[in-house]
Amino acid sequence: MSQRETDVSKLLARLAIVISAFIAWAVPTTAFAQETGDPVTGQPTDGAIGFQPSVTTIMDSTAAFHNGLLMPIITVITIFVTALLIWVMVRYNSKANPTPARFTHNTLIEIVWTVVPILILIVIAIPSFGVLTDQMTTPDGERKYLGSSIFSRENGEQVPAAEITVTATGYQWYWGYEYNDLDGASFDSIMLSDEEIAATKPGQPRLLAVDNELVVPVNTTVRVLVTAADVIHAFAVPAFGVKTDAVPGRINETWFNARKEGLYYGQCSELCGKDHAFMPLAVRVVSKEEYAAWAEKLKAEDDVEAANMTLASLN
Amino acid sequence: MATATADHDAHANPTGWKRYVYSTNHKDIGTMYLIFAIVAGIIGGALSGFMRWELAEPGIQIFPGLASMVYGHEWQSAAAIDAGKHMYNVFTTAHGLIMVFFVVMPALIGGYSNWFVPLMIGAPDMAFPRMNNISFWLLPPAFILLLMSMFFEGPPGGMGTGGGWTVYPPLSTTGQPGPAMDFAILSLHIAGASSILGAINFITTIFNMRAPGMTLHKMPLFPWAILVTAFLLLLSLPVLAGAITMLLTDRNFGTTFFTPDGGGDPILFQHLFWFFGHPEVYIMILPGFGVVSHIVATFSKKPVFGYLAMVYAMVAIGFVGFIVWAHHMYTTGISLDTQRYFVFATMVIAVPTGVKIFSWIATMWGGSLSFRPPMQWAIGFIFLFTVGGVTGVVLANAGADRSLHDTYYVVAHFHYVLSLGAVFSIFAAWYYWYPKMFGHMYSETLATVHFWVMFVGVNLIFFPQHFLGLNGMPRRYIDYPEAFAWWNQVSSWGYAVTLVAVLVFLYTIVDAIMKKRPAGDNPWGEGATTLEWTLPSPPPFHQFETLPKIK
Ligand code: HEM
Ligand SMILES: [Cu+2]
Ligand SMILES: [Cu+2]
Repeated sequence: MSQRETDVSKLLARLAIVISAFIAWAVPTTAFAQETGDPVTGQPTDGAIGFQPSVTTIMDSTAAFHNGLLMPIITVITIFVTALLIWVMVRYNSKANPTPARFTHNTLIEIVWTVVPILILIVIAIPSFGVLTDQMTTPDGERKYLGSSIFSRENGEQVPAAEITVTATGYQWYWGYEYNDLDGASFDSIMLSDEEIAATKPGQPRLLAVDNELVVPVNTTVRVLVTAADVIHAFAVPAFGVKTDAVPGRINETWFNARKEGLYYGQCSELCGKDHAFMPLAVRVVSKEEYAAWAEKLKAEDDVEAANMTLASLN
Repeated sequence: MATATADHDAHANPTGWKRYVYSTNHKDIGTMYLIFAIVAGIIGGALSGFMRWELAEPGIQIFPGLASMVYGHEWQSAAAIDAGKHMYNVFTTAHGLIMVFFVVMPALIGGYSNWFVPLMIGAPDMAFPRMNNISFWLLPPAFILLLMSMFFEGPPGGMGTGGGWTVYPPLSTTGQPGPAMDFAILSLHIAGASSILGAINFITTIFNMRAPGMTLHKMPLFPWAILVTAFLLLLSLPVLAGAITMLLTDRNFGTTFFTPDGGGDPILFQHLFWFFGHPEVYIMILPGFGVVSHIVATFSKKPVFGYLAMVYAMVAIGFVGFIVWAHHMYTTGISLDTQRYFVFATMVIAVPTGVKIFSWIATMWGGSLSFRPPMQWAIGFIFLFTVGGVTGVVLANAGADRSLHDTYYVVAHFHYVLSLGAVFSIFAAWYYWYPKMFGHMYSETLATVHFWVMFVGVNLIFFPQHFLGLNGMPRRYIDYPEAFAWWNQVSSWGYAVTLVAVLVFLYTIVDAIMKKRPAGDNPWGEGATTLEWTLPSPPPFHQFETLPKIK
């Protein structure tokens, strides 16, 4: 081995130590950030630097994949490249190194920087395909989903088969929901103005609050059929980890199973014209009993306001 | 030789305005492209300034007033607010289209490539000088059409086209029936024709007009980058042209290519658009790769590390760039298997891209580095492109993209590779070749100030947008819930810093022109080894009348 190649391998060894040290630090840190994150669920938090807290298996795996794997890897790569840049600037500036070397090749290092990225990509690809497949597969009750254990399906969770089917239709500029299992009972969901919020739903966030939320039961798999009537919109709820385009003439299927009651907001995520920013999605996750009461009322009277009143009276 | 000179004098060089309007000279045309890009850049940058101003705080502040001023709506009326909301989308659309088609492409391909491809391969001019003239002169009409579109009706009650630079139907067909969209489509047609002609010209020039002895494997990396770019243009732009022609006929002649009612499919348009659109992002970055390689080698006083690997990395990136397009469409409802394939293919691109980054660093390794302005910009490029590149790896994974698609994370990602990557390479090239092109030197102090202010500014604008995206803020939004306020405010302050940098840039030019510090043939010393540095600064109107021989 030439002198230079020994230098290179020494350097690589040192870098490997630095990188492992960093991973040891970064992974728990990002995980920690998740734990102590703001308790507010279902909506963004000012100054936040990460995902909204997850309430579904799917978002668990997306978050584990991003926070636990992708984020540490890209941070290490960026720090590594930056460190190399700083190192060459310090070590090889014209004062420190007046006579430049002339080498233009080093087969070993060229192989290393081709093969190592390939290995990293393979490590990324394994959970990547798993997370993707989970997102795209509506539960049948048997299949195990990864959840946070993105490297092992064995440790995953079973998700019950879909019990409820809702059709969400994007309009310029609001959403329409139809409950396929409730004789097609349907209603529109329109953003509230600031005055309306103050009058009817004080405390709910501006641009996210709507008149009639999509009501679903907790711990129940909900299949959502997404379509649009005019232009393309997109159905997205960050806390659930779902985002599906609403395309005229097509029906796209997605699903979620929320494990915590509460209000979860999303926003239309495909440019759809002037009020694109003003057609939020709001999902109200309630107990199974509350849902049953609400659904019965909705089915019987096909009147969402009456059903919502019933729901309010239960609390 | 004597007869050659006589012949040469016989076709008199036009002077005054004719020198430019009638120009068949690659250097004059290159200069016109550069000036065009600077003007368009100021307009495109101003549009984004209004957007950042609007987004500085929650609520709708700026655009209704702007709509009242421009289109005469009654102040603060409901009509003004609606017009303002649409106007925001118009600004986003125009900003995106201008930056892509009228700033980055004209600067890198029309400007620097026209100037330096012939010089670096030892050719007297481009292969088709008159076609070169028409390539340039198609651009101003295209630009004017785009600007005009802002003054025609788009959707009912709104002026201009607000469908985003991706112009997805049905928003760009039934969603905006007015003529504004047709203006924008024709603008793209003409800009596309200009680029296709330019691409043919570069391919022909590079294949046929290299100096004796300059085999393809001895050709410098910048012409190589342009060769690959030209092929990408040639193969991808016709697909865009076809797609927007179908859009035009859907709009005006009752066809239903993209209309489900008539058996068409809106998603078909997205496939066609991104079959062009993804190569397009490499079209914007490959020339920068070429530029940065030369600058890094020059200021390291060391030849490029791994020349052949650099060449074939670009060829590989160009090739794979054509088979990854649907990574922009993970949420459209394409099947699981389709998504799996596009995840895989997209991740493959990271490998040759890594080779480029590491080879630049290896070029510096062992060198004798000086940090004159071009080198500052080149190192800035490497850093920013790395940041943009690694977030690209995140987005390549459909499983992660489900949460990030159409959020500000994507806006941050593509601005790191474009607005920071490509634009930093444009400035690097500007400070590298300015003395060669214009014969005088700029103030290196001012150029350094420009670099640092801009570096801080753009990072302030775009880094916080990753956080907004992760937390769920969708893109193309004029207003946002209060919970996104903090990082948006930081981002808008970053714009103010960047604005100062742009003013420093313009002042650097004024200062350079006024002081006219002589530059000399080669201001960069022994590290600058390509052919352009063997010529006087500025080079003669016609160079290489006897062709240089490459050993
Ligand atoms: C000072 C620098 C810049 C600023 C402050 C800026 C700001 C913005 C903003 C605010 C948006 C709208 C994002 C949204 O609402 O979704 C945007 C979109 C965009 N920008 Fe920039 N930008 C800058 C430079 C550039 C450059 C140099 C390019 C170059 C190629 C570029 C390409 C784009 C594109 C393609 C879009 C997407 C347009 C669309 O959504 O249809 N920008 N930019
Ligand atoms: Cu929408
Ligand atoms: Cu792409």
